Amino acid sequence: MLADKDRIFTNLYGWNSFTLADAKKRGDWDNTAAIIAKGRDWIIEEMKKSGLRGRGGAGFPTGMKWSFMPKPSDKPHYLVINADESEPGTCKDREILRHEPHKLLEGALIAAHAIGAHKAYIYIRGEFFDESSNVWKAIHEARAAGLLGKNAAGSGWDFDVELHRGGGAYICGEESALLESLEGKKGQPRNKPPFPAMAGLYSCPTTVNNVETIATVPTILRRGGEWFAGIGRDAKNTGTKLYCISGHVNAPCNVEEAMGIPMRELIEKHAGGVRGGWDNLLCVIPGGSSTPLLPREICDTVVMDFDSLRAVQSGLGTAGLIVMDKSTDVVYAIARLSYFYMHESCGQCTPCREGTAWMYKIMQRMVTGNATIEEIDMLLDISKQIEGQTICAHGDASAWPIQGLFRHFRPVVEQRIMDYRKQAKAA
Amino acid sequence: MKPIVAPKEQQPTSFAFKDMTKVADILSRYPEERKQSAVMPLLDLVMRETEGQWIPEVAMEEIAKILEMPRIKVFEVATFYSMFILRPIGKNHIQCCTTTPCWLRGSADIVKACEEKLGIHIGETTSDGKFTLTEVECLGACVNAPMVQINDSYYEDLTPERMKEIIDALSAGREVPAGPQNGRKCSMAITGPTTLQDEAKKAGVA
Amino acid sequence: MPKLKINNVEIEVAPGTNLLQAAEQMGIEIPRFCYHDKLSVPGNCRMCLVEVKPGPPKPQASCCLAAADGMEVLTDSELVHKARKGVMEFLLINHPLDCPICDQGGECDLQDQAVAYGYDRSRYFEAKRAVKDKELGPVVKTVMTRCIQCTRCVRFASEIAGVDDLGLLNRGEDVEIGTYIEKTMASEMSGNLVDVCPVGALTSAPYEFTARPWELRKVESVDVMDAVGCNIRVDVRGNEVMRILPRLNEAINETWLADKSRLAMDGLKRQRLDRPYVRRDGKLVEASWEDAFAFAADKLKGLQGAQMAALAGDLACAESVYALKKFMNGLGSNMLECRVDGAAIDVSAPASWRFNTTIAGLEQADAVVLVGCNPRTEAPLINARIRKVWYNKRVPVYVIGQKIDLNYPYTYLGAGVDALEKLSIKAERPAMILGTAALQRADASAVLAAVRAKAVVNEGWNGFNYLHTAAGRMGALMLGFTPPQGQFSWQGIKAVWLNNVDTDVVKSIPADAFVIYQGHHGDAGAARADVIFPAATYTEKNATYVNTEGRVQQTRQATSPVGQAKEDWKIIRAFSEVIGKPLSFNTLADLRAAMAKDVPAFGAVDAITPVAWSDFGKAGTLDAKPFGTAVANYYQTCVISRASVTMAQCTEAFVKPLAMAAE
Repeated sequence: MLADKDRIFTNLYGWNSFTLADAKKRGDWDNTAAIIAKGRDWIIEEMKKSGLRGRGGAGFPTGMKWSFMPKPSDKPHYLVINADESEPGTCKDREILRHEPHKLLEGALIAAHAIGAHKAYIYIRGEFFDESSNVWKAIHEARAAGLLGKNAAGSGWDFDVELHRGGGAYICGEESALLESLEGKKGQPRNKPPFPAMAGLYSCPTTVNNVETIATVPTILRRGGEWFAGIGRDAKNTGTKLYCISGHVNAPCNVEEAMGIPMRELIEKHAGGVRGGWDNLLCVIPGGSSTPLLPREICDTVVMDFDSLRAVQSGLGTAGLIVMDKSTDVVYAIARLSYFYMHESCGQCTPCREGTAWMYKIMQRMVTGNATIEEIDMLLDISKQIEGQTICAHGDASAWPIQGLFRHFRPVVEQRIMDYRKQAKAA
Repeated sequence: MKPIVAPKEQQPTSFAFKDMTKVADILSRYPEERKQSAVMPLLDLVMRETEGQWIPEVAMEEIAKILEMPRIKVFEVATFYSMFILRPIGKNHIQCCTTTPCWLRGSADIVKACEEKLGIHIGETTSDGKFTLTEVECLGACVNAPMVQINDSYYEDLTPERMKEIIDALSAGREVPAGPQNGRKCSMAITGPTTLQDEAKKAGVA
Repeated sequence: MPKLKINNVEIEVAPGTNLLQAAEQMGIEIPRFCYHDKLSVPGNCRMCLVEVKPGPPKPQASCCLAAADGMEVLTDSELVHKARKGVMEFLLINHPLDCPICDQGGECDLQDQAVAYGYDRSRYFEAKRAVKDKELGPVVKTVMTRCIQCTRCVRFASEIAGVDDLGLLNRGEDVEIGTYIEKTMASEMSGNLVDVCPVGALTSAPYEFTARPWELRKVESVDVMDAVGCNIRVDVRGNEVMRILPRLNEAINETWLADKSRLAMDGLKRQRLDRPYVRRDGKLVEASWEDAFAFAADKLKGLQGAQMAALAGDLACAESVYALKKFMNGLGSNMLECRVDGAAIDVSAPASWRFNTTIAGLEQADAVVLVGCNPRTEAPLINARIRKVWYNKRVPVYVIGQKIDLNYPYTYLGAGVDALEKLSIKAERPAMILGTAALQRADASAVLAAVRAKAVVNEGWNGFNYLHTAAGRMGALMLGFTPPQGQFSWQGIKAVWLNNVDTDVVKSIPADAFVIYQGHHGDAGAARADVIFPAATYTEKNATYVNTEGRVQQTRQATSPVGQAKEDWKIIRAFSEVIGKPLSFNTLADLRAAMAKDVPAFGAVDAITPVAWSDFGKAGTLDAKPFGTAVANYYQTCVISRASVTMAQCTEAFVKPLAMAAE
């Protein structure tokens, strides 16, 4: 278990206020200028050393992402912070936004300096109204205290942050859709290349980072990349991580823990254990709704990090665990996610627009059993026709939960289909 | 899923922002030549300034003028995002999350409680104009499931009984504090802090 | 120059070429729905997926991936086939199975690709999506359930037509093409939506249920609805023109066509002069060719050359103008005139009445100045080119004359000549476009001089342009169909030959003059005629027209003339025989050879023969009155378009509401 001294987000639960005064007591904004004075190269090097991988779900190494930004030119550079937290099962960034906004702002200043940006936009999901007003207040506090604006925090770097509220669209969590949205358009993902580092916001070099990623930066740089890298299973899965544990547990919660904590330990130590005991566990979606579910046998031993979960054909994603006990209609649970992906498809590209709706329609029938066994294979085939064929990862994300369901619970669905037939015959 | 656009009879014939300083403040956040970026905040502002929390056609045309963008592009944005509402709705917009994490924790019962209490179905508005009930996708408060959003605020850790109480209170014009409805502190486990025990003590939480 | 391998064959392409284009250069066609050569690239249909190494282990959209050095592309691998089959299946699940009643049938991209990539049966047993049809006006019929959301129409409307009226509304499975809350789309380019739509969602309303593509004979021809000379394809079934489509010509109309050129064709069948007429006792009565010829010959008998005149109208082809000139000269008449729109063109300076910059050349311009000219109504495809340079390079446009509704922003400098005199723009290659309206005034010579003085002309750039509005004018001017000296005069004229003349000039014919009208529609000219020789339309003859650039082009006969109508030059040739002054040519080839001998430019078909830059115009007092308008209603400008029902509907739908709004 992670030691308290190694926790970054000490106000995760909002025990204290989010204000600048309290944030400073927690160590935020402590001589930020000194970190910036060490220079861009040092910052990026230290981030690489820390092994921090993006906390938004894809897990791309942050230091490397920053290093992709081109040399300064006549075009402005932008930092865009992805606070469009919408992945079902995920509610970690919300805690940072409402309880630790100054960590985010300080991280933004440092990151912006590292990538040569004088301006950052925080794109926050529109429904997070109360959260955005806290961030807004924090921005004003920081401006008034000289932490943002000209010569921000005495660093010699001019930097300011603007807040942009979304309008209710999961797809805007995809970075290029987010940029489109920020430009005042529909949130339809862009074809890549070009990647944002070459042509992002307003066609300018842009880095898009998740809230947790940015908020982690000041502490990493204060305590050193090696400290962060020292937590976790191996060099590729490092640091602390915010986990969200929802569903059928006795005490759902968010918690900061070490990367690589065993799933069972995480659930039992922090979330009060599975409802009715570990033996009552049916399955867990380990990293937000996009990641394929894992049945009890795998949950017994799997540890929570990028590569361990990948090895069991799932993923760490956003580290939002959705726990289901044996009372769950797992087919409905996944069908409901299919509905979600259909509802949130931007509708731009064919496989996702048509495929997500088709899959949901079949999944609805799978819930009642009004289907054929052959349709299971057809459904999986359709999911493969979407996966990897779309402009963005939404297509993949819609396919994986279904693939996960049938990988581990196919007999359940087959039984349901046979029962339905039996009943129909009897009637 | 498809946004419902208010019929012609319901559409006002003119629109002007009540508070132009707010418009100016929104515009100031984006580069002058990129003012189209302000379309979403302005649509949001329209809903806040309009009786019935919605966006009339004329308001979209006004935004198109201010931002020097084609009105069809404003309309595209308004129909794309689920928070933009193109027909008048009730004073209290109850948005029930029913996505899997909330469903696992009983969101279906919350919806049922709302429907029973209000006598309307999802997608409908009460005849007194006090409530509109909608189903929404994951609102990002999964560890506090089940939850609903009423206008700007989240009401979390609900039970059907508590949901009915909230409706009663709102109906009577009383305010209901947002957040967890079962006494727990934000997203901390209800059984108490599992980490940072010392901090918790200092803060008087545990 | 990136070098890559496509299907294991090496190719070098220009930087910025995408993989789809690169493959096309090798003759490999990659299926696509959303990609269109002239539109932006959204990469949304996913049909053009190819396998690319190096890269992620999934197929890539070839339309939006730039060719790069060392790439290895497979367009036909198993992975690619599987991917495209998947996309095709998705496109078809919600597409109705109504091909038998769909006008796109037989020329539908979806249908064609389904043959290559479709499964032989559907696996989709859920309810299909239905989408409400949209009202887009009299030109475009919509069946939106057939839409595959490729957004070509949206991009065409906003990028090419410049009317931001279409959008992709809603999201996910519910996305649909829509207009701004049930508004129609008003554009003179709307017919192109039919062409860009790869399926049967947007089809031609006038063409609805009339023909199948495999029944049609396709004749490559040239449009005459304005002086642009758009290249067209005339689709014919039996002896009937079923539709007219654009034909690619990068120098002129690229791949577009304006609505009048496309859809005035129903006017080819209405109000036609299908037999000769003679006026007896004040009434026009049907006659045989022999009778009509004898009637006319009789009336001309005894007249001196100086008592006869001839006019060449808007739709007169070069062959008929040349024949008529030879014929009139043979009778001793020089009183010829083709400037029937009243524009005071200085015949002696050919550079003053042509579009010197050329249409494609506009793309090199760094400013455009419009003087007494509305390109949107007078020459929509030149307007499209101006819009293109504005859209791509934000080249500034200035307007002197009437305030006009253009589909790009412009700086308005003033209504009349004072703005012209004050004109000073900083540009190295400005294109000045002088409209017909600017020369339809008493001080035309002074206007010409003033514009000439402002025009930038140097080696490598000629920024002086005159925009004709009639297809026949340029050819007639080049053939010298004007009085040798001085001005045309009705003084002493007792007989006049009208070659397709239906403009207001008809009203000025002396009351006692005998009028021979040669043309194809019962319009203004025929109403004034004493004898009518029914002639062929541009779709019924092989004829030469010269566009406003000076480009010589030929129409090709698609159908035979209606009734007893005959090709224009043949009428004149035959009549010359009747009156005993036979013209020297007996065949079209002979005529064309003679014409090219007299005016060599006519020998260079599809080309522009340059003319020398010269002095023209005479500085003088300019009239302060504002410039007028050459074309009042774009949809009805000639006998064909005035006879067209579709054009009348367009006038109702698009022009009248504007006029009402203006009041």
